[in-house]
Amino acid sequence: MPRGYAGKFLEVDLSSEKIKDATFDDETLKNYIGGRGLAAKILWDRLGEKWETVDPLGPENLFLALTGPLTAIYPGARVCVSGKSPQCNGIIGSTGSSEFPSELKCAGYDGVIVTGKAESPVYILVTDDKAEVRDAKNVWGKEALETIRILNKEVRGILQEKAPNVGKWKEPGLIYCGPAGENRVRTAAVMQKVSHAAGYGGYGAVMGSKNLKAIAVKGRKPLPDVASPGAVKILWREVDRRCSRRDRTWPSAWGTGYGGYEVGARSSSEPVRNWQEEWHGENSFGGPKFDFRYWVKRYWSDFNCSASCMKLAVIKTGPYKGTFTDDPDYEMQAYLGPNLGIFDPGKCIYLSALMDYLGFSGINGANTLAFATELYQRGILTTDDLGFELNWGDVEAFEALARKIVRREGIGDILAEGTYRAALKISEMKGVDVTKYAVHVKGVEIGAHGTRSGEDMRPAEYACSPQCGDHTSGVYDAYEDMGMVFLDSAVVCSFVDGELLWDFYRAVTGWDTTEEQWNRVLGHRIIHIQRAALLLGGPDIVWDPAIHDDNPPRYYEPLPSGPYKDKTTDKKAVEEMKKQYYEAIGWDERGIPKSEVLKKLGLGDVDRALDRLRN
Amino acid sequence: MWPEASMIKVFMLVPGVEIPHLCAQCHDYPCVSACPVNALSVDNETCAVLVDKEKCISCAKCIDECPGNIPFLHPSDNKAVICDLCGGDPECVKVCQEAKFNALWLIREGKEWAKKNLNRKLFAQTPEELTRDVAANLYGEKAEELI
Repeated sequence: MPRGYAGKFLEVDLSSEKIKDATFDDETLKNYIGGRGLAAKILWDRLGEKWETVDPLGPENLFLALTGPLTAIYPGARVCVSGKSPQCNGIIGSTGSSEFPSELKCAGYDGVIVTGKAESPVYILVTDDKAEVRDAKNVWGKEALETIRILNKEVRGILQEKAPNVGKWKEPGLIYCGPAGENRVRTAAVMQKVSHAAGYGGYGAVMGSKNLKAIAVKGRKPLPDVASPGAVKILWREVDRRCSRRDRTWPSAWGTGYGGYEVGARSSSEPVRNWQEEWHGENSFGGPKFDFRYWVKRYWSDFNCSASCMKLAVIKTGPYKGTFTDDPDYEMQAYLGPNLGIFDPGKCIYLSALMDYLGFSGINGANTLAFATELYQRGILTTDDLGFELNWGDVEAFEALARKIVRREGIGDILAEGTYRAALKISEMKGVDVTKYAVHVKGVEIGAHGTRSGEDMRPAEYACSPQCGDHTSGVYDAYEDMGMVFLDSAVVCSFVDGELLWDFYRAVTGWDTTEEQWNRVLGHRIIHIQRAALLLGGPDIVWDPAIHDDNPPRYYEPLPSGPYKDKTTDKKAVEEMKKQYYEAIGWDERGIPKSEVLKKLGLGDVDRALDRLRN
Repeated sequence: MWPEASMIKVFMLVPGVEIPHLCAQCHDYPCVSACPVNALSVDNETCAVLVDKEKCISCAKCIDECPGNIPFLHPSDNKAVICDLCGGDPECVKVCQEAKFNALWLIREGKEWAKKNLNRKLFAQTPEELTRDVAANLYGEKAEELI
């Protein structure tokens, strides 16, 4: 086993409660590393042949929670969750941070592979080289704070009982789904701590579909050995110094918590009222308003990271007293602020926390809230449909709607399918095309960065990405954009200074892989597998690149306000960029990976599967 | 790296409430007097508690007697672990200063003063006790629901 890895993966079949260790040969790990890359490989190997028929919310799907060799050794540990995505029917690598990944590696596992479906709610408890499936009825239906409180207490009790003499047991690392995931809401996130979400992909719903409430893990072993301990020590110190440099104002010290004003006012690419605008200059929504009134902790990080991008926001007065959440970061500020017509930091914090507590993705689920609100604004959805008025800025109405969606009640059952699927159903229901108000790419609601002003995302960055609406991993030249594929596969945070990343990687693993090799060959394999899965799609929706490798219609409406008024995304520029990207990555004019490119990369099985589309 | 072997543990029993947990160096060293085999001693220079791993019999009496249950048994050799201040040049202080958080400083005190400093023992609390206080400080009444 190469260095940096704990050495084995835990495989749990919930249908039979069979637990075993899984391993991958060195060549596979060298090529796909871990996280998103290895997830793509595992999913393809196991489900590729029948991809179109696999229901993402059925027992055949896999739920993966994977680390990588850099995870917990390089600052900024994350865990990457994946599976067949209930949003896009492809493969998305979605990462979130906490001590779960370091605990997992210290328990002797590089990842957890979950198959099947439990008969009743369960959680998986992982301790040193062991795992068990335990009853989770007492936490099923519970929101985040209760879930964490109960599981912390239960797991610490179990550990204390097993080893009463060793001293105080720390809390376990925990990933879990909230009520949204339990009810298979397609925009449900996989949660960690109280507010760290792996939101893209809808993997909270995959957990829920398997009756899997949580995975709790406590490891007492050391992190895995590295190939060159001396070099890693020096590199770690330098990376730590860089990410903790106080003279760098962004992102290390401040995170993106000042973005809610800045991205609207300066780059004019922040969603406002379901993206009807992308500019606002509301001083009330400025960083200092969050900072001085709500942030009780300005510097906060998870294990082994001094970047301190996290904050702790607590509401101390008024009707929302006692609410707390991390940050909110820029994405939450935008999606639970201006995009709902909210310009009051306290209200934004309240709704951000609510989404976290429900395990309802603050980007994807909140996008659906705004979509529904626009339909109400246009008279398409009415109080008869909703049971209440749904006006911009109305926090109580948004809370009511979020809870309705999470419980799948009434109209909530339709909106729980995510913005795009809901748009299709509502169009049918109302006899009017509402897909033009759905801001998504291939079923994945888009992050809070627009293309219209030209100051933020590139014209076809989302359109061609196998991560679809994911704002963290857009595509552009099939070279530089492989960097994010690497971070998601080595599974570390993109907010840590990356200059020494490749030296660090070689020092940890002992492999001689270069950035050039990754950007030209290894990363491409992962993108092709993700692309193949996305195009095969199914069972409910299949994407046609000619139509769906594009921005949502809203991105072609002229901006109605702000310094970039009347500007919009240039359709020609999108087509041009799309063409260039297809060529660079090796897809044909229909957007299907070319046979010769796949064969050259050793992806013959992917090539054969794509014949199903080519003919 | 070995988080579970670290002389400093950081608990987070309630989200957002971090509790660094390490030896507070009580003036009367209850752990030292509790040790049945004299495996614990006090360093002359730093006043930190030193563990003689050869002598330690893993009985956990030091953990029980510590007001904060701060010592623990090492995951590999099962011997008591208590912060030894890295022999007077603590790594935690260095890394904190390098990161410019400046949360930790090194203060040198004479042995006589250390004996008189009754305040230190007040810091020797269990993670649960500390969590209760810090959570109340951060979250107010809401904290009670979280513990």
